[in-house]
Amino acid sequence: MINKESVIHTRNLSRSFGEILAVDRLSLAISRGEVFGLLGPNGAGKTTTVRLLAALLQPSSGEASIAGYQVGIDDQEIRRKIGLLPEAPGLYDGLTAEQNLAFYGAMYGVEEISQQIKRYLELLGLWNRRHEPVGTFSKGMRQKLAIARALLHEPEVLFLDEPTSSLDPQAARLVREFISDLKGKGRTIILCTHNLEEADRLCDRVAVLNGHLLALDSPIELRRRIFGRKVVFHLSATKTEFEPILLEFDFVNHVEQIENKIVVAVDDPDTHNPVLIRALVEAGAEIRFVGELRRRLEDVYLELMQASEGIINGTN
Amino acid sequence: MERIKAIIIKEWREVFKNRFVFFTVSFLPLMITALPLVILFFTGRSEDFAGVTTADLPPQFSSLCSGLDGAECMLYFIVTQFILLFMMVPVIIPMTIASYSIVGEKTTRTLEPLLATPVSTLEILVGKGLAGVIPAVVATWVGYLLYAAGAHIIVSNPHVVNKLFDPLWMTAIFVVGPLLSLMGVSIAVMISSRVNDPRVAEQISGIFVLPVVGIFLGQTTGLILVNQEFILWMAGVLVVLDSILFYFAVQIFQRETILSRWK
Ligand SMILES: Nc1ncnc2c1ncn2[C@@H]1O[C@H](COP(=O)(O)OP(=O)(O)OP(=O)(O)O)[C@@H](O)[C@H]1O
Ligand SMILES: [Mg+2]
Repeated sequence: MINKESVIHTRNLSRSFGEILAVDRLSLAISRGEVFGLLGPNGAGKTTTVRLLAALLQPSSGEASIAGYQVGIDDQEIRRKIGLLPEAPGLYDGLTAEQNLAFYGAMYGVEEISQQIKRYLELLGLWNRRHEPVGTFSKGMRQKLAIARALLHEPEVLFLDEPTSSLDPQAARLVREFISDLKGKGRTIILCTHNLEEADRLCDRVAVLNGHLLALDSPIELRRRIFGRKVVFHLSATKTEFEPILLEFDFVNHVEQIENKIVVAVDDPDTHNPVLIRALVEAGAEIRFVGELRRRLEDVYLELMQASEGIINGTN
Repeated sequence: MERIKAIIIKEWREVFKNRFVFFTVSFLPLMITALPLVILFFTGRSEDFAGVTTADLPPQFSSLCSGLDGAECMLYFIVTQFILLFMMVPVIIPMTIASYSIVGEKTTRTLEPLLATPVSTLEILVGKGLAGVIPAVVATWVGYLLYAAGAHIIVSNPHVVNKLFDPLWMTAIFVVGPLLSLMGVSIAVMISSRVNDPRVAEQISGIFVLPVVGIFLGQTTGLILVNQEFILWMAGVLVVLDSILFYFAVQIFQRETILSRWK
C-alpha cells in the first residue's frame, strides 16, 4: 500500500524562537501515501514542525523538502502542494460555509470550484448548512469545514494539527473516520495529536518528539521495542507453579504467574507459542485461552517521556 | 487578479459586519459633508458680503479669484475652506478598514490558513488595500458632489460654486484624495503587522491624520495658501511618500514575522 518513494524529507531541521529551541535537529523521511503521526507533550514542537514543513516559518538551520521542493526556496510551489488544518480552524465567521470555501478556492486557483465545494461539503455533512454564516456553527462543524478547506485543491500532502481535539466523542469519531477514508488514496497525511489511541488507529508510523526526536516507528514496532511482546495464558484453576518450567526455554525473557494467569515475554510468539503450549499441557496445565498482552500506545508514550525526563534529570 | 478580487469581496463581507467600521465608513463622510453645509448656511449667504471689495481681501487671494468680484471671492474662500477637511475621509476610512481587516485576521487566527495558500504577500496587501481605498475614494467623491450640490443651493451663486470644479479642486479630490487613502492604508498595514488590537492600530494610525488637519488649520488661519501649485506639490510629495510607505508595508508584512510574532 505504501509507496516507498518519500515525499517529505528533513535533515537536521531546527527552529528556535529566541532562547527556545522549538524543533531540534529533526531528520525524517515520510513516504507517499503514509499517515504519519507527530506525538509529544505540549510545547514539543509539533505545530512548529508543521509550520516549517508548510513553509510558514523558515528553519533556523537544517533543511526540509516537500515533493522535491525545498522549504525556504520553493515556498510558493510547496504551498500549492499542501493542505493545512491549523490548530485553530481560522474560518471567517461573517462568511457562510460556502463563501469561506469559495474564497479559499480562489486563493488556490481551484478550477471547478463549485463542484469541489459540493463534493466536500456533502462528504462532511455540511451541504445543507452551506448558506449559514460560520459564526453560528458548532466547534465540530467548524472543524469539518476547515478540513474541507484543506482538501479543496486536492493537495498531495495534508497537515492536520490536532484535528479532533476539543470535539465531542461523536464528532471526533466522525472526523477520525473521515481521515481513515482519506488514507490509502495516495495522499500523505501528517497528523499531530495528543490522542494516542487515534494515532494508534490511523498512523502507519509515529514520531515522538520533545524538541528532538525521541522515537520513530510504527505503533506496533514501538510497543515491541519498549515492552517486548507478551503472551497471556489463561488456565483453569490451578495450584501448580509453571514459572520454572517456562524459564527453561532461552527464548523466554520473563515469566509472571498470578494465580491462573501466566504472562510470558517472548521474542517471537508465532514460533514460540506452540512450544510453550505443548510444555504447559505436558506439565498438566489446562489452557482455556491464549492471547497477546497488548500495551496501549499510551503506555509506550509515557514510558518514552519518563525515560527522556530521566536523561534530562540525570545530566543535571 | 482573481485572488485580489476575492480578497476585496471577502474583506467587505467581513469588515462591514463590524459596527465600528460601518459607523466610521458611513457617518464620517456624512458628517464631514453636513457640517460645512451647516456652517455655510449660517455664514455664507451671498447678501452678507454685498459690500466687500477685492481691496478688502488679503492680496494673495486675488490670484485665486480670477473672474470673481470682492464679495464672490470672500464666498469662494468660505466655500473652499472645508475641502481640505474632506481630505480626512480618504485617510481615515481605509485606515479603519485595513486595521480591522489585518489585526482582525490575527486575533481570529484566520491568517495562518490564508498564509499557507499560494497567495502572495503583495496580492494580500493589494487586496486588503483596495478594500479600504475603494470605499474611501467613492465616499470622498460622493461627499464632494453632495457638498457642491448643497453649496449651490445655499450660496446660490453659480460663479462661486462653479469654482468647486476648477482644475485645482478636481486635482485635490481626484488625485490627492486617492493618494491620501493609499498613504492611510500603507500606514495601517505597517502598524497592524505589529499590534494585536485593531483599536490600538487605528489610534496609532490616526496620528498620521494630523498633518491633514494641520494643512486645514493652516489654510483657515491664512498661513497656507491652497492654490494649484500647493495641490500639485502635495500630490508629488504623496506619490513619493506612498511608494516608500507601501514598499515598507510589504517588507514588514512577511509571513514569517506575522506568524512568529503574533503571540
Ligand atoms: N511564534 C512563537 N514565538 C515564540 N515561541 C514560540 C512560537 N511558536 C512556538 N513557540 C515555542 O516553541 C515551542 C514549541 O511550540 P509548538 O507550538 O510547536 O508545540 P506543540 O508541540 O505544537 O505544542 P501543543 O501540543 O501545545 O500544541 C514552545 O516552547 C513554544 O512556546
Ligand atoms: Mg501544537
